[in-house]
Amino acid sequence: MTNQFFTLTVNGTDHEVADSWLGESLLDVLRDRIGLMGSKGACTQGECGSCSVLVDGRLVCSCLVMGATAVGQEITTIEGVAPVGAPSDVQQAFVDAGAVQCGFCTPGLVMAVHDLLERSGSPTDTEIREELAGNVCRCTGYGRIIDAVRQVSVNRSSPDEGTS
Amino acid sequence: MSIDTRSDTGIRPGTIGDSTLRPDGVAKVQGTYEFSSDLSADGCLFGATLRSPHPSARIRSIDLSAAWKISGVEAIITADDVPGKKTYGLISSDQPVFASDVVRYVGEPVAAVAAIDPETARRALAAIAVDYDILTPLLDPEAAIDGDHAPIHPDGNLIRHQRILHGDPDATGDVVVEGTYEIGMQDQAFLGLEAAIAFPDPGADGIELHVATQWLHEDQKQMAACLGFPEEKVRLVLGGVGGAFGAREDISLQVHTSLLALRLGTPVRMAYSRAESFLGHVHRHPATIWMRHHATSAGELVNVEARFVFDGGAYASTSSAVLVNGITMAQGPYRCENGRVDGYAVRTNHLPCGAMRGFGAVQACFAYETQMDKLALACGLDPEEIRLLNAMKTGDTLFTGQPVLNVAPVEECIRETAALPLPDEPVGGVALADGSPDAMKLPGGAGRTADASDIVRGIGWGVSIKNLMYSENFDDYSTARCQLADGVATIKFATAEVGQGFITIAAQIARTILGVDDVVLDQIDTGIGSAGSTSASRQTWMSGGAVDAACRAARERLFEAVGAQHGIEPIRLMIEGTDVIDTAGDLRVPVVEASAGLEIDETFEYHHPKTDDLDENGQGNCHTAFAFVAHRAVVDVDPELGLVKVVQIATAQDVGNALNPLSVTGQIEGGIAQGLGLAVMEEIIQVDGVIKNGNFTDYLLPTFLDMPPVLATLIEQPDPHAPLGAKGVGEPPCISSTPAVVAAIRDALRQAGVDAPLDRVPVRPSDICI
Repeated sequence: MTNQFFTLTVNGTDHEVADSWLGESLLDVLRDRIGLMGSKGACTQGECGSCSVLVDGRLVCSCLVMGATAVGQEITTIEGVAPVGAPSDVQQAFVDAGAVQCGFCTPGLVMAVHDLLERSGSPTDTEIREELAGNVCRCTGYGRIIDAVRQVSVNRSSPDEGTS
Repeated sequence: MSIDTRSDTGIRPGTIGDSTLRPDGVAKVQGTYEFSSDLSADGCLFGATLRSPHPSARIRSIDLSAAWKISGVEAIITADDVPGKKTYGLISSDQPVFASDVVRYVGEPVAAVAAIDPETARRALAAIAVDYDILTPLLDPEAAIDGDHAPIHPDGNLIRHQRILHGDPDATGDVVVEGTYEIGMQDQAFLGLEAAIAFPDPGADGIELHVATQWLHEDQKQMAACLGFPEEKVRLVLGGVGGAFGAREDISLQVHTSLLALRLGTPVRMAYSRAESFLGHVHRHPATIWMRHHATSAGELVNVEARFVFDGGAYASTSSAVLVNGITMAQGPYRCENGRVDGYAVRTNHLPCGAMRGFGAVQACFAYETQMDKLALACGLDPEEIRLLNAMKTGDTLFTGQPVLNVAPVEECIRETAALPLPDEPVGGVALADGSPDAMKLPGGAGRTADASDIVRGIGWGVSIKNLMYSENFDDYSTARCQLADGVATIKFATAEVGQGFITIAAQIARTILGVDDVVLDQIDTGIGSAGSTSASRQTWMSGGAVDAACRAARERLFEAVGAQHGIEPIRLMIEGTDVIDTAGDLRVPVVEASAGLEIDETFEYHHPKTDDLDENGQGNCHTAFAFVAHRAVVDVDPELGLVKVVQIATAQDVGNALNPLSVTGQIEGGIAQGLGLAVMEEIIQVDGVIKNGNFTDYLLPTFLDMPPVLATLIEQPDPHAPLGAKGVGEPPCISSTPAVVAAIRDALRQAGVDAPLDRVPVRPSDICI
C-alpha cells in the first residue's frame, strides 16, 4: 500500500493529506485524515446520502469519490455551510420544523437541501421529494424535512418577512 | 457531555405541551454533534470481529499464526480470552461472547483483533484460519417445535411455548373466517452504525465504554459478568446514538471492544460497517400466524383462535417477551369474550431476532387486521363499521383476563381518522400542464413504467393495541436526579436519547414543575441508577415520571425554604410561571431568587405498578398499560406490473397528553414510514441461512418518494395512570400502518378484478400480479 500525498481544498482551506491509501474514499479522507467528522458514513454504497458534500458545486456522495481525485477542486462539507453557532437558513429551518431526530442523516440532508434550493428557488413537493430521494432518513418519515424545505423556500422568496 | 438547554433569545423556553425545539438540534444540523462513531482518542487502536460464514458448523480449530505475523496487529482474542462469563443475553444468557465449539448463525463472532488501523485489522481477520466441520442447519421453525431436529443449543430448540385459554375457547360463530399469515424479517436499519470506544482503567482493573445503546445499565450488567468485574468497575457513557428502533437493546460490540482494550491497556475503537451491522444486531422476528375468527352474522366477535410461530434465530434475546406481546394482542383492539391462542418462539440457525419497534404486536396486527377485513366482507360490513362495532373500551378484558384500565379511545381513533380528508389529487397523480399525468406520482415513480390508465386506487384500514412498558412481573424502573440552585435545575438520568427527544421533554418537565427557565441536562451515563431501556414506548412514562417526581421533590424543598423564610406553611405555596406564590397571601418570589444559595438535591426512582406472570393458560394481569391507534391508507396500484404507490396515510393516535406535539408528530410520521417499509419494501432475505441483501442497495428503505403525506390527529385524553397523563407514542405508528397499506392494495386489486390474498408482508410485485 503506497501512501499518497496530496492537497485538498476543503471549505476554502488547503489540507495536506500525507497518509491516505490509494483509493481511499473522500469520506474517509475528510473524517480520518483531515478530522472533519460532520460528514457521516451509513452505507458506503451511495444509497443513503449521509456523506453528501459539494465538489466544485456538485452534490456527491463522498463515499463514492476517491479522495485523491478531488485534488484541485473546491470541496464544501457541512462544516463549511455556516459558522458554528450561526446556522444557515436551511439548518435553522431543520431545527425549527422538527426535521431532526437522531440527526445522523441531517448533515447530508442539509447539504442536499442547500444544493436543491440553489438550483431551484421554489421547488414543488414532487420536486423536493425527487431531488432528495437519494438521502435516506430512518427517523422522521420525511414530513418535517419537507416542511423545513418549504419554510426556507418561502422565506427566501420574500426576504423581508424571512426569519433568518 | 452535558447539554445546556438555556436559550439566549429572551423568550421563555418551552414547558409541558409546547413544541419546544430539541436542545441538540443546532449541533446536529451543523455536524458538530458527536455520534459514537465520531469518538476517538490519542493512540487508540481499531478493533474488528471475525464472524462465522456458516449457519451451523463445528469449529475444529482456529489458527491465529498467520494473523499474528501481520505488522500492526496488537491483539487477537477468542473464547479462551474471556475472563468472566462466556455468554451474554438479555433475558437468558445463551449467546457466547465468541463461539468456541459450534457456530449457530452466519455472522456469529469467533474472534476479534485490534490493530493500528482498520485496514490492518481487516487483513488480520482474513488471515485467521478457522477449520469448520459444516453441519446441516435447522431452518424450519416447525422442525424446532416438533423435535424433528436435534437440539442446536444446550437450552433446546424451543425458546418458549405459551398458550392462552379464555372464556369458552370452543365457542363458534355464524360467520367464520380463517387465514395463515407470514411476516418477513425486518431490519431496524438505523443510520448510525454500531460504534464504541473503550478506555481501560490504569492497571486494567476497570473500563469506561462510550457506546450508542438503548440501555446503559443492562449493558453494564452483562459486560461486567463477561469481563469478570464488579459492576461498579464498568462505567458506561452514552455516545451519540444515530437511531435505535430496538436494535441496540442487545449486546453487540460492547464486550469485544472492552476485552481488546483491557488486553492492551490502551483505548480501542470498534465500528461496524453496514454489512456487519446486518449481522451484528437482532432483527424483527419473522412469524407465521394462523387465525380463525368467529363472529355473529351481525359482525360481533365471538371467538378468536390463533397459533403463532416466531422464528427467534440462533439465540433467545427477547424472543420470549416478543412471543407474549404477540399472543396477548391476538384479539387486537376489539372486545371478544372467548379465545384460544397457542404461541411458540423457537430457535433456528437464522439470524438472531429480538426487539424492533412494535415488538410482537406488529406481527399479530397484520394477522388480526387482515382477519377483520375478511370478516367485514363476510358480514357485508365496511372495514370501518366492523371495527367500530367491536372497538374495545376502558374496562373491557383481554384474553389474559386483564382488564384495560387505561383510557381506550379506540372508537375515537377510528372516527377521527375517518374524518380526515381523502387525497384530492386524482388517481395517477396531478396532471402536468399538458394534461398528462405526472409520472413521478405513478406507481413505479422514476421508473416511468406504469400507464396511468391501468392504475386503480384502494383504501385500507388498520387499528391496533400496544402494551406500554415491560410486562410479566418485570420491574423496569427509572431513576432521575434533580439539583436546584440559583435558578438553575440540573437534571440527571441514564435514559438513552436515541433521537426520540426525551432530552427535550425532560427539560420541559423541569421548567414546568420548578418554574425555572434554566435547565442543564447532565451527561447520560451509569453515574446514576438505571432508567431502563429506551424501548416499549416507555421513556415518556417511566423516565418522564422519574424526572417529574424528582423535580416535585426538589420543589418541596424549595417551598420549605421559602416557607421558613417568610413564616408561611409550605403547603400554601405553588409555582406560577417562574415565581413561587402564596395561594393564601400576597407573597410572590421569583424562583431564581427563592433558590439562591440553596443546594437542593433529590433523586427519585419511579416504578410502575407490579404486573403478574401468565399462568399455564395465559391468564394474568401481565401488562402495565395500553395505547391505541387507527390508520387509513390510500394506495394506487398497477395490477399488471405489481407496483404500488402509497398516496396518503391518515391516522388518529391515542397519546394521552402530548407533552411536545412536534415531537409526537415526528414519532408518528417516522413510525408510519417503518410500517410502510414492512408493508411493501423491507425484508432481510436469507437462503439456506445466508443473508443475501445485507446492504442498502438490496435492502430497500422508504425514501422521500415512497413516503406519502401523513395526516395525523392526536387523541388527547390524559391517562390517569400515567405520571403526566402522557402515553408513549413511539411504537403504535408502525403497528397498524402495515396492514392498512396491504388492505388498501387488496381493495385496489378487487376493483381491478384481481383476487390476491396478500397474506404475507412485505407484499412483492409477484404477490400482486400472479
